[in-house]
Amino acid sequence: MAECHPVGFQWVMEAKERGATIIHVDPRFTRTSALADIFVPIRPGSDIAFLGGIVNHILENERYFRDYVVEYTNAATIIKADFRDTEDLDGVFSGFDAKKAAYDVRSWLYDGMEAPPGVPHGEQTGGAGRPIEHGEPPQDRSLQHPRCVFQLLKKHYRRYTPELVEETCGIPRQLFLRVAEALCANSGRERTSAFCYAVGWTQHTVGVQYIRTAAIVQQLLGNIGRPGGGILALRGHASIQGSTDIPTLYNLLPGYLPMPHSERYLGHQDYVRKNSAPTGFWGHMEEYFISLMKAWWGEHATADNDWAFGHLPRIDGDHSAYVFTMGMLEGGVRGYFLPGENPAVGSANGKLNRMAMARLDWLVVRDLVEIESAAFWYRSSEIETGELRTDDIPTEVFFLPAASHTEKDGSFTNTQRLLQWHHTAVQPRGDCRSDLWFYFHLGRIIRMKLRDRAPDDPKNRPVLELTWDYPVEGRRAEPSADAVLREISGWGPDGKQLSSFTELKADGSTACGCWIYSGCYRDGVNQTARRTPHREQSYVGAEWGWAWPDNRRILYNRASADPRGEPWSERKRYVWWDRARRQWTGIDTPDFKRTMPPDHEPGKQAAAEEALRGTEPFIMQADGKAWLYVPEGLRDGPFPTHYEPQESVFRNPLYRQQSNPVRQQFRHPLNAYNNAPDAFDDDGLFPYLLTTYRLTEHHTAGGMSRSVEYLAELQPELFCEVSPQLAAERALEHGGWATIITTRTAIEARVLVTERIPSVRVQGREVHTVGVPYHWGVCGLSTGDAGNDLLPLALDPNVHIQECKAATCDIRPGRRPRGAALLELVAGYRQRAAARPPGRAGRSSGRRSER
Amino acid sequence: MGLGGMLARWPLVRQLTRGDLLGRGDSVRSPATERLRPRTATADRVVGSICPYCAVGCGQRVFVKDERIVQIEGDPDSPISRGRLCPKGAATKNLVTAPRREYRVKYRRPFGTEWEELSLDAAMDMIAERVITTRDATWQSTEGDGDEERPRNRTLGIASLGGATLDNEENYLIKKLMTALGVVQVENQARI
Amino acid sequence: MTAISGDPTIISHDIDVASHHPDGSPRAMGFFTDTSICIGCKACEVACKEWNLVPDDGLSFTGDSYDNTGSIGCNSWRHVAFIEQGRPVAVSDPEAGDGLRWLMSSDVCKHCAHAACLDVCPTGALFRTEFDTVVVQQDICNGCGYCVSACPFGVLDKRREDGRVWKCTLCYDRLRGDLEPACAQACPTKSIQFGPVDELLALARERVDTLHQRGVGDARLYGADRDNGVGGFGAFFLLLDQPEVYGLPPDPVVSTRRLGQMWGAAAAAAGALALGVAAAFLGERR
Repeated sequence: MAECHPVGFQWVMEAKERGATIIHVDPRFTRTSALADIFVPIRPGSDIAFLGGIVNHILENERYFRDYVVEYTNAATIIKADFRDTEDLDGVFSGFDAKKAAYDVRSWLYDGMEAPPGVPHGEQTGGAGRPIEHGEPPQDRSLQHPRCVFQLLKKHYRRYTPELVEETCGIPRQLFLRVAEALCANSGRERTSAFCYAVGWTQHTVGVQYIRTAAIVQQLLGNIGRPGGGILALRGHASIQGSTDIPTLYNLLPGYLPMPHSERYLGHQDYVRKNSAPTGFWGHMEEYFISLMKAWWGEHATADNDWAFGHLPRIDGDHSAYVFTMGMLEGGVRGYFLPGENPAVGSANGKLNRMAMARLDWLVVRDLVEIESAAFWYRSSEIETGELRTDDIPTEVFFLPAASHTEKDGSFTNTQRLLQWHHTAVQPRGDCRSDLWFYFHLGRIIRMKLRDRAPDDPKNRPVLELTWDYPVEGRRAEPSADAVLREISGWGPDGKQLSSFTELKADGSTACGCWIYSGCYRDGVNQTARRTPHREQSYVGAEWGWAWPDNRRILYNRASADPRGEPWSERKRYVWWDRARRQWTGIDTPDFKRTMPPDHEPGKQAAAEEALRGTEPFIMQADGKAWLYVPEGLRDGPFPTHYEPQESVFRNPLYRQQSNPVRQQFRHPLNAYNNAPDAFDDDGLFPYLLTTYRLTEHHTAGGMSRSVEYLAELQPELFCEVSPQLAAERALEHGGWATIITTRTAIEARVLVTERIPSVRVQGREVHTVGVPYHWGVCGLSTGDAGNDLLPLALDPNVHIQECKAATCDIRPGRRPRGAALLELVAGYRQRAAARPPGRAGRSSGRRSER
Repeated sequence: MGLGGMLARWPLVRQLTRGDLLGRGDSVRSPATERLRPRTATADRVVGSICPYCAVGCGQRVFVKDERIVQIEGDPDSPISRGRLCPKGAATKNLVTAPRREYRVKYRRPFGTEWEELSLDAAMDMIAERVITTRDATWQSTEGDGDEERPRNRTLGIASLGGATLDNEENYLIKKLMTALGVVQVENQARI
Repeated sequence: MTAISGDPTIISHDIDVASHHPDGSPRAMGFFTDTSICIGCKACEVACKEWNLVPDDGLSFTGDSYDNTGSIGCNSWRHVAFIEQGRPVAVSDPEAGDGLRWLMSSDVCKHCAHAACLDVCPTGALFRTEFDTVVVQQDICNGCGYCVSACPFGVLDKRREDGRVWKCTLCYDRLRGDLEPACAQACPTKSIQFGPVDELLALARERVDTLHQRGVGDARLYGADRDNGVGGFGAFFLLLDQPEVYGLPPDPVVSTRRLGQMWGAAAAAAGALALGVAAAFLGERR
């Protein structure tokens, strides 16, 4: 956190000054570790074993917050009798289809529930999840029933002992116990603990389950919905949260509504019914959806035409970034927009990405500087090796200079869901334009052309009927970001800005571009531009910017009070039930229906939030509970289970199943893996662990830092970090050069020999890690090989994020070969890899992409 | 200026004549020093902004003089950052005013070996044409036949991978336009 | 809205950073760099360059941990040192792991009370400001370089491109507008604290006591002693090891200590120089 979010880290330092214990778990001793109380070195790719060990510690030593667990989680809920755990089936859950490498999740459901209607499409699921059947699942509040979640959880993690943690993660058991105890001792009524994570957890073939394991720990300790608690994603870009909320993502519409699937819906209501729970706040999905359709298609979205539901394109599979990149290689994808993204450096397997772009018909790159993704056709390692020749590349490239954040109005959503407005300071120079300008005018020109050429073509109706009449300003005809924000926030029949998503209607009288952002322009005021100084308000800072939803700063904060609505403790007072005024109150906006008393019991006909009890804080969940066990919505299991990474040098110590059985792999010559599927590599070809990361001094793919003098000089060259033991083993010289090799490619880096990247002892042998920051590429002031070029495409099956925090590699001293000799070096490794006996371990192969 | 005046401006002489032997009074200040003020004090305006790098969302103040940015620094009012910035945030002026920024459209024709100049208007028109052509050529209206027929309304011929430093309003227009065009392969850094 | 209990305080306490008393008179201002909370982010280096328009210092990889700045110089007025050590931070904690610590410290001009650079400057370019800081006036500096060799810390450095000497001004221009220096304002953890020197000194002593109580026995102040060889620093430090470990001289001595004797010689020289200058001007006027 000190490395990549230094200014956020001031609050960690504040906490430390007041006595908080700071624990840093990382394969490397970083600038964060330097300031932490406890540094826990961990083998890359083993965090579920570590966190699972904490779960087991909490359960075995009865350290859980019992009242919180019984009341607010699904611990007491009873699961179907035919559910089988990975402990029963040696590493897979019930319902596993080895041929499809996928699960039939029906046996995972709550007891007495049937599979929800419609076909479950993992790709499609929005935040709404899938409905769980209305009604009360059976519970055992004594937590004794053998099929209740609590008992299943205990059984699932029983083998995650301190010894197993040591054996799997390389963390000495005394150190592990110290961490587990520190967490337990600092949780409960009086105290809370928080987890902060970043892509070190998400970029794995089990990334979602990493976060899930932390969620289990935090639920058991009662650390969700309370001040000082939570699981905080430290996101890496100014508005990456915003780009998820208002998703430039294939499977979502704004506000986590799912993109419709190509299955046959009987109209929009069928789509809503199949994609939302009728209980909890998703019970209002139809209101959110129709308001979105009204925002997009205005008068052309009516009850008679099913609110223009037919205008929406349909998805029918995984259309995520790496899948469509494969589509470019195969020729189906012909045109590509890159607004502010640099996959030639920032994506895993850079070579595959660059080779894919060299197959396109056209490419549009919008950035501040000429980045590697714009220059690949004349400057790239493939040009150097001869794999690509400039005059053979058909791709037409448009580079359009972008306006910077100081040259346009707009809002960023930060990592804590806070929208903050930035104002135009100066006008952009030359051809520089905002992306707002680019997309608005692109749409305007396309509409003009289509209206002239084929106004009656049915496929053009959604474009021509789109509401696309934003006011423009100035000689550049810059569209008004303010007007766009108003549309996002939404308005009622009288044209007045909405105050909250609770005002949305399903009758077409309200329009709202993103329901969770509704109210960000309440009272006709741009709430995101509010800047009341922090000294003039409470520490919650509610008058600075605007947080979704409804300016709530801590989600599920009803859980900060006990079931009766009293704060769990005075120390941790946050939101509570005011008996006199009969409403929820506190120092934050209550994340609960304000007037619903703690003793509310839903009637038989109750729907949406009214169908939850007054004691159920998790209002977006169909049962109002936090889920220790996920009965529906995940593709790889209701409980997190330790699996080895796609590329590992160890056998899975727990199960015969080596890796996540439903992870996504891609079979392509450009995407070879270092070891056979579900095998581990301990025969010395790729004997070292490889992990990638960022440095404080640089930003992601480098477009915003390697081109900036003051940053480039601070970390001027790509380096790798190795332990003194590894340096000795491979004769690597400090300050010299090393070549790092995988079956994808080889890169060169300067060598930093340092104790800060500890070798860890796992399964009786010492294993070394090579650390590589990934910021470099061939453009800019500071140039170098791209660390991500080393990595394969192997994805988490839920969210399709690549595993780039844990892979394997070889390393040797000296610079890499140039030109074709580089290909020969890698080919040599591939041949030797292919000549090896079939991989060990292994039981089933992961899900392979259709492509 | 006469000799006396020039001598009188020499700091040592001023120190000696004014009895300022430790050299810390007005006597040692050059005219430029006398005039010294923070350049933020002479800015024409101060504009509220937010750091464009990571997701912490530190407040920034942008100082503008004669329509040029003369300084960007932390906003002390922000409850998130309290005026502080990391090296990247502190380098923001360098980022937005860097000489390495591109200010003109660059065009590379198919099989071309050089960048070429192209006007912004021409580029916009050409990109619009490419979208229309590719969309027409790769349009999928339905899948299946008869009772099995299902709508698709889309093209898989076009893809978009956006950054995550775009504004919400920009992402909104991207998603809205692409969805209306039937482009479903719209992704961003959050997936990476 | 009133702050509720538990409202966060600031690590650095609430020091008034205004460089002037309410009556408008200037105060002696300085830095207290508390390296025990430095995260080595180098925001200070960058913020300094942004504000003072300091050129970049070239792209050279040193291999010296994460330090690619190397030292303070004409183009790096702040320099963050990185020292990797195989020992724990707090000795009182028997469970402090296998003992690795990574010291980070942002070095800067010390703004010595007895500043040799100032003493030797023949042009009066170097002067002591109303805030008790030491500043080079660029419109006077002739690049003679006497100050470069006089500085016991190697802070002063001549820029080849313009032949003048450049160093930290403690953001003299900002101080004149009652603004914090750029590095101190940017510092994410307030490792760099700016304020009236006397207040900072009290704070620093308190901080050392606190750290000692927490078992960080290595904590010590550097440059806080008003009786040291340079009469104390206007920019002093809390270090976690010997100064040498950070590349700092353990016992700096002002090179112009025998100033009394030297002053006579200097005065004589100045007199001769004045005559020479007068002659030169007279010659010019002819």
